[in-house]
Amino acid sequence: MADMSPNKNAMPEQEPQVRNKNFLEVSLGYNADLAKSEANRCLNCKNKPCISGCPVNVRIPEFITKCAEGEFEEAYEIITSTNSLPAVCGRVCPQESQCEGKCVRGIKGEPVAIGRLERFVADLHRANASGAVQTVEKIETNGHRVAVIGSGPAGLTCAGDLARLGYEVTIFEAFHKPGGVLVYGIPEFRLPKAIVQSEIDNLVNQGVKMVTNAVVGRAMSIDELFEEGFEAVFIGSGAGLPQFLNIPGESLLGVYSANEYLTRINLMKAYLPEYETPIKQVKRVAVVGGGNVAMDSARCAKRMGADEVYIVYRRSIEELPARKEEVHHAMEEGVIFKLLNNPIGVIGDENGYVKGIECLQMELGEPDESGRRRPVEIKGSNFVLDVDAVIIAIGTSPNPLIKSTTEGLETNKKGCIIADETAATSRAGVFAGGDAVTGAATVILAMGAGKTAAQSIDQYIRSK
Amino acid sequence: MFKIVKKRILNTAGTTIEMVVDAPLVARKCLAGQFIIFRIDEFGERVPLTIADYDREKGTVTIMFQPVGRSTMMLAELNEGDYMLDFVGPLGRPTEMDGLKCVAVVGGGVGCAIAYPVAKAMFAKGIEVDMIAGFRSKDIVMLEPEMKANSTNLYITTDDGSYAEKGFVTDKLKALIESGREYDEVVAIGPGIMMKFVSLATKPYGIKTMVSLNPIMIDGTGMCGGCRVSVGGETKFACVDGPEFDGHLVDWDELLRRGAFYKDEESGQKEHICRMTGGVRNG
Repeated sequence: MADMSPNKNAMPEQEPQVRNKNFLEVSLGYNADLAKSEANRCLNCKNKPCISGCPVNVRIPEFITKCAEGEFEEAYEIITSTNSLPAVCGRVCPQESQCEGKCVRGIKGEPVAIGRLERFVADLHRANASGAVQTVEKIETNGHRVAVIGSGPAGLTCAGDLARLGYEVTIFEAFHKPGGVLVYGIPEFRLPKAIVQSEIDNLVNQGVKMVTNAVVGRAMSIDELFEEGFEAVFIGSGAGLPQFLNIPGESLLGVYSANEYLTRINLMKAYLPEYETPIKQVKRVAVVGGGNVAMDSARCAKRMGADEVYIVYRRSIEELPARKEEVHHAMEEGVIFKLLNNPIGVIGDENGYVKGIECLQMELGEPDESGRRRPVEIKGSNFVLDVDAVIIAIGTSPNPLIKSTTEGLETNKKGCIIADETAATSRAGVFAGGDAVTGAATVILAMGAGKTAAQSIDQYIRSK
Repeated sequence: MFKIVKKRILNTAGTTIEMVVDAPLVARKCLAGQFIIFRIDEFGERVPLTIADYDREKGTVTIMFQPVGRSTMMLAELNEGDYMLDFVGPLGRPTEMDGLKCVAVVGGGVGCAIAYPVAKAMFAKGIEVDMIAGFRSKDIVMLEPEMKANSTNLYITTDDGSYAEKGFVTDKLKALIESGREYDEVVAIGPGIMMKFVSLATKPYGIKTMVSLNPIMIDGTGMCGGCRVSVGGETKFACVDGPEFDGHLVDWDELLRRGAFYKDEESGQKEHICRMTGGVRNG
């Protein structure tokens, strides 16, 4: 009989006033007892709606049953048969709108903590495997070569699935470290980089070739990849081009795109003294935007020693696109929310340094085409927030480099690559998925797209 | 890992160093005007350097640099046979030279190392190239035979007159223009302040002037905007839209200001204790 308690087993966390001064992971994860207890809340129901809520269709009730029995290694096998990055997904997926959003237990009370269980299982496997000799057997290759551009969640998933099918996969990554947004974007305190590296090591152990420092579109073109003998190409290059507000003062000293700020901190480790990349120590920071990237930036700024960190967002708390959990964590850590405030200019001192951001207060009007209530300016409500740094986190769009160097690859107005539901693009043999196609979205959607693309690539090469 | 196959000191003062690096992926397609980003080791920062030369057959790329900050000082410590961890490129757009017939290429200091490959590429295309190379003093003059071999006329200036003509590159450029030499374009490469003054010098004559900008960069692939510059009132990313832009449209004061943003951090770092030897690193 299932445990019918209405609430999830709480996950231990670092105290807010302790964790906002370090980069260690905020959530500490379940232990075996908590995991078993949580697994017992699953009804193992007939319809299994949770599975349909998961973009990579993890066989959720099956793995949870194994957890309840304490057979965590078997649970790991079940998860990884469809998901290459469980330790990542368990941490960063918005489960509330995916698997857990569909859980029957969520109708009365809280859903089963699927994400926390997935995370526990993956972490335990990693802990057990460390030190032991990796025994991952290389799969016999089928001799067909596929190139994957970008080593973010979409590329890693596509590569993992293709490798399991026997393809010889080479990933081309522009940065010096693979992982895409998992390494440069999402901070250590939400997703420890050692975990990302370990999931990537698993892929490499399975035979996936990883070429870093390789900028497709500059060092080689997609056409040249075909000439070199790759039979299909998957573009998972993401949406890394930062948008700015186009307001006066954005070139002042102390205005960062969130990508720059987070890259300096997460990828280049500017917060650690032994790393060379510099970052400014600032006392008052305004982060413009309301998504997960804005929350990550604000929480990083707090950890970098800023006394006051503001989220400046033009709509109300209801419309914040960030995950509830992230907003909650940011608030606990002392981030100040300046909601219904629209920045109209960055103000500098005589030396060109940021000294403030001018905002207009807003009120909510009628719903717009997105269904959200449109913010309307309150005339004459201008005020200046005194800050010495501004981080712009209002979104990103796809980098035009690949588009501009690949003939016949169609993109839409926003620069997103056009791909159909099978991930096929306008070019034969070229598939695309993730943020490169959708514009900035979520890790798990990118993984789902990588999965779809792997199936399509398999079909494409078989039918050739 | 990228092996340094050759190292050469380019001037008597020892302020500029040439390295030939084994980097086949970069060597395969790079062109004049493009750059690379290197990272010395796991703790290193990403630093952009212009591609000074390349050998497609040997798969090597040549860089020239002045050890001015910590990373370039650490790079200067490496010798033939040593490795650096990362070396990515080619990045940025190549120099455009279609339709050009007569060009003045102006290099300032270590900028000559960047101006020289542009001059070489143009000269090889049959374009008439006047190379004007300016140095502070005799001891930092470099690449004279290389520049001479790759230009129609080479003019060297020193600020203090200790070698060749005394004066600034802008004086020489103006004198050549005044003497009736007609240029389709001037290409200026060097410190920001020198490029600014070359642009100001050519403006009254209405000669198109291209400059190779050198703002702070992190990724070099267009994903952060750290290198953004204002050109003709528009925001451009130097790493993907440039690094070459029309010097008459660049907001120079903003560029120079942004370039100095991390000055305090950089000077403070020079006294950092070396984690390897315990000594002051590159003190």
